[in-house]
Amino acid sequence: MDYFLTEEQMMIRDLARQIAEEKVVPVRAELDEKGEFPWDIMRTLAQSDLFGLFIPEEYGGLGKATLELCIAVEELSRACVGVSTTYAANALGTFPILLFGTDEQKKKYLPDIAAGKRLVAFGLTEANAGSDAGGTQTTAKLERNEYVINGTKQWITNGGEAEIYTIIAITDRSKGPRGASAFIVEKGTPGFTFGKKEDKMGIRASATTELIFDNCRIPKDNIIGKEGMGFVVAMKTLDNSRTGVGSQGVGVAQGAFEEAVKFARKRVQFGHPVITFQAVQHMLADMATSIEAARSLIYAVSRFIDSGAKDVSKESAMAKLFATDIAMKVTTDAVQVMGGSGYMKEYPVEKMMRDAKILQIYEGTNQIQRNVIGQALIKEAARNKS
Amino acid sequence: MFIKIDRDKCTGCESCISSCPYDAILIREEKAEITELCQMCRACLSVCPEGAIAEVREPSDEMEKGEGQGVWVFAEQRDGVLAGVSFELLGIGRNLAGMLQADLSAVMFGASDADARELIRWGADVVYHCPDPVFNAFNDEPYAGLLSELIKEYRPEILLAGATPIGRSFIPRVAAKLKTGLTADCTSLAIDAETKDLLQVRPAFGGNIMATIVCPNSRPQMATVRPRVMKRGVYDESREGKIVVIHGEHLRSGTKVKETIKEISEVSVNLQEANIIVAGGRGTGGEKGFQLIVELAEALDATVGASRAAVDEGWIPYRHQVGQTGKTVCPKIYIACGISGAVQHLVGMQSSDIIIAINKNPEAPIFNVATYGIVGDLFEVLPVLTRRIKEVKGR
Amino acid sequence: MKIVVCIKQVPDTAEVRINPETNTLIREGVQSIIKPYDMHAIEAGLQIREKTGGSVTALTMGPPQAETALREAISMGVDRGVLLTDRAFAGSDTWATAYALFKAIAHIGADIIICGKQAIDGDTAQVGPEIAEFLGIPHVAYIRKIEDIQANSIVVQRLMDEGSDVVESSLPVLLTVVRELNSPRLPSLKGKMAAKKAEIEKLAAADIGAEEDQLGLRGSPTQVKNIFAPGVKKDRRMLDGPAEVQVDILVKELTGLKCL
Repeated sequence: MDYFLTEEQMMIRDLARQIAEEKVVPVRAELDEKGEFPWDIMRTLAQSDLFGLFIPEEYGGLGKATLELCIAVEELSRACVGVSTTYAANALGTFPILLFGTDEQKKKYLPDIAAGKRLVAFGLTEANAGSDAGGTQTTAKLERNEYVINGTKQWITNGGEAEIYTIIAITDRSKGPRGASAFIVEKGTPGFTFGKKEDKMGIRASATTELIFDNCRIPKDNIIGKEGMGFVVAMKTLDNSRTGVGSQGVGVAQGAFEEAVKFARKRVQFGHPVITFQAVQHMLADMATSIEAARSLIYAVSRFIDSGAKDVSKESAMAKLFATDIAMKVTTDAVQVMGGSGYMKEYPVEKMMRDAKILQIYEGTNQIQRNVIGQALIKEAARNKS
Repeated sequence: MFIKIDRDKCTGCESCISSCPYDAILIREEKAEITELCQMCRACLSVCPEGAIAEVREPSDEMEKGEGQGVWVFAEQRDGVLAGVSFELLGIGRNLAGMLQADLSAVMFGASDADARELIRWGADVVYHCPDPVFNAFNDEPYAGLLSELIKEYRPEILLAGATPIGRSFIPRVAAKLKTGLTADCTSLAIDAETKDLLQVRPAFGGNIMATIVCPNSRPQMATVRPRVMKRGVYDESREGKIVVIHGEHLRSGTKVKETIKEISEVSVNLQEANIIVAGGRGTGGEKGFQLIVELAEALDATVGASRAAVDEGWIPYRHQVGQTGKTVCPKIYIACGISGAVQHLVGMQSSDIIIAINKNPEAPIFNVATYGIVGDLFEVLPVLTRRIKEVKGR
Repeated sequence: MKIVVCIKQVPDTAEVRINPETNTLIREGVQSIIKPYDMHAIEAGLQIREKTGGSVTALTMGPPQAETALREAISMGVDRGVLLTDRAFAGSDTWATAYALFKAIAHIGADIIICGKQAIDGDTAQVGPEIAEFLGIPHVAYIRKIEDIQANSIVVQRLMDEGSDVVESSLPVLLTVVRELNSPRLPSLKGKMAAKKAEIEKLAAADIGAEEDQLGLRGSPTQVKNIFAPGVKKDRRMLDGPAEVQVDILVKELTGLKCL
């Protein structure tokens, strides 16, 4: 369908697609099998300016916004969600600086991020704090000109590989959720180390580790926003990144769908290609319809965000929820259409199905997305009553 | 054409010196003089207040049809050893000279007098030999410079050279200097009975099509030929000929070879010297299909080859590639399995003695060059063939 | 350092076929691409610029549509695109092409000129060395590695039949490159945007001071007499029957010829 993309948006799509097809597709199975971090691909993305997509021009970026980022993420995900997760998590980690950072912080970090010289990670989740951000136990204490950070972040995407980390820690436990703050920590700071790399079901090209802070001292100026703004920073960051996760869903679903169609045209049973059977056609029809619906929603919400809307929590949650649920469904059905072949590692759809599962889990499980939507509905209903 | 200074008119005022972008003018005995650095850019012509600098057109500079005579081949040497292609060029050169009723000469830079005599035994009537040490390493400018000088002096009708890294690199400079045509990688050469022009056949457009090229007005007609495409001539121990020794002390070079690194890939040597080659293409479908190729090759004590398609797919390394962008081979038996036969492949193997083509598609162009054609699925044919070969060989 | 990369836009030749009845090329539906070796030439130019500073100019000769190839080069990071276009160039063989490019390069000025190893459209590999001869500068063909580059000299590895030579050359120099030299980069977004806006300079024969009788068909010493699809071998024998039978006949023949 024609989404009336601008010429530049089409340029971004074509370039991301070229990179996906020429650089990602040939290596994705190997990266998956070895669990190898895709540094070569990251260098290509850097050289192609894709890391600077959503960063303002004054900081060396291209000054584009949510929709453009979604287009790029979708194309990369069509080839490999492990790779797109690495790319998207970089954006996730950058949003706190972009949205709440001081001029000095932006000048210091954004140009390198835009050039793809330094990779970023976002650290929120902990052993006892995932869906429940209030359970955060990592602390940051101000001692003269430094914050001293203690605690462990868990399942952090790009952990160990990134050089810049934006993390959430408690500065005043007595204030509950209002006692959290956001910080920038650079790799190599004494007292900051990484746990072992996790062995995952899918997105195996991406790196996931613990971030361990043991009396890690960072300059006072590394706080993002003010003390107590940590959860606002985290929530606004997630509001901005959810459409990206949704795009990963659209991309992987599209990739799996294309594989299924290609296979169904070739595979002959009962003397005919299986695509001529209604049972298969109906599955493909449902897959195609839900992909288009998800893409329409993602693009619409992205344009809504880019229009400067203030509160986008509900809409972005809807986009993430819908697109990632269909991603799981479509990738599973792609395996089904391909039957035994779909289940074999010789074809890419079993990997796509494994990869798709994380999308329903990370950056807020789809259950949490429903909570966000539900709470927004309650607020709206109350407002309309008065 | 050249630039000449009229010494009688020249006052030695030096105003021409700075006009030359190539530093080709110097003052000697109070008169300006043009050196060999001159590129005939004509920048100096207008600056002389005395009008002493003039362009002299030599009719001899650009040769035209009817002027030249004789067939020349460039006999290439590396490290003092004559390249095999030299003898092949003498083979085809002899034929062409016969058709033109002209002499066959060889030009050899470097190497020894003994090598020059060897060229005579392979069919040369005359050998122009420059043994100057400048030719110990390969640098384009002295090669191109001296060959151009010799051509201007002796005016051959045809010049053939090997399409080797050396020939392909410096021969174009000669063509540019002499303003004449050069056709690269010819697969067959003949003389047009009517016009007496050299008919030069080569693959065009990535090798799906053949083209006949002629150079109707300029001389010499120049062509390069890849090694192992032409057959060697007849070796005659008692053949006599003339050796003309050429001096090369005046030759200069802007490049210098600092070091030579030898790397001989065993496979490429094997491919070029193999008696039998079994080659696979896209039709093998992948590494599994290639296993059948390898098994047949083992049964035949043959070397494994491949088409560009199979190499591009990553099924087998590049060093096995046969064709225009790979190796040119000339075995006794070439077995092409699942190779459709793009000209790009054919030019690399069509001079093989016996070509056996196995392909599912009866229309595949590989059958055009085949001695024996088997239309069938290689997955069926190859195991049977391998088994039968083993039986015949009693293994 | 002033670097000029000569590129050529050609039809994707894997697709070109010949019409057996008319003996003419069938080009419909054939996409144009930058010739593969030229991508490596562009990459080499960009890498030299990264080391020495300066500018990279992409130069091509062809019809106005050849602008696409120059824009593609700009999207990879080339600074400037120059299109040599004039009806006088039509029908040029390698000599006339090299002459026109030489005139254009002399007009633009260059310290290093880089050409692909060969055009897939003709595969002649001649244009580069011919340009060097016209310019009166050295050239090194088939380079697979650039070892060192200084203000007045360059050291490269040249591919030979049995290995390679390390060659030092003075500047200006012309290089022709092989695939092994590098892997060409993909375009960048900024490059693509720049390419869209870029002004392509167009030069005609008069702009570069080329002599008319040296150009196009008139200036070309060679002519294509005819083109044809390769014919069938005279003594060909197609075998019949099931695989077993065909193999039997073949093995008998080969044994008869004492080949086994």
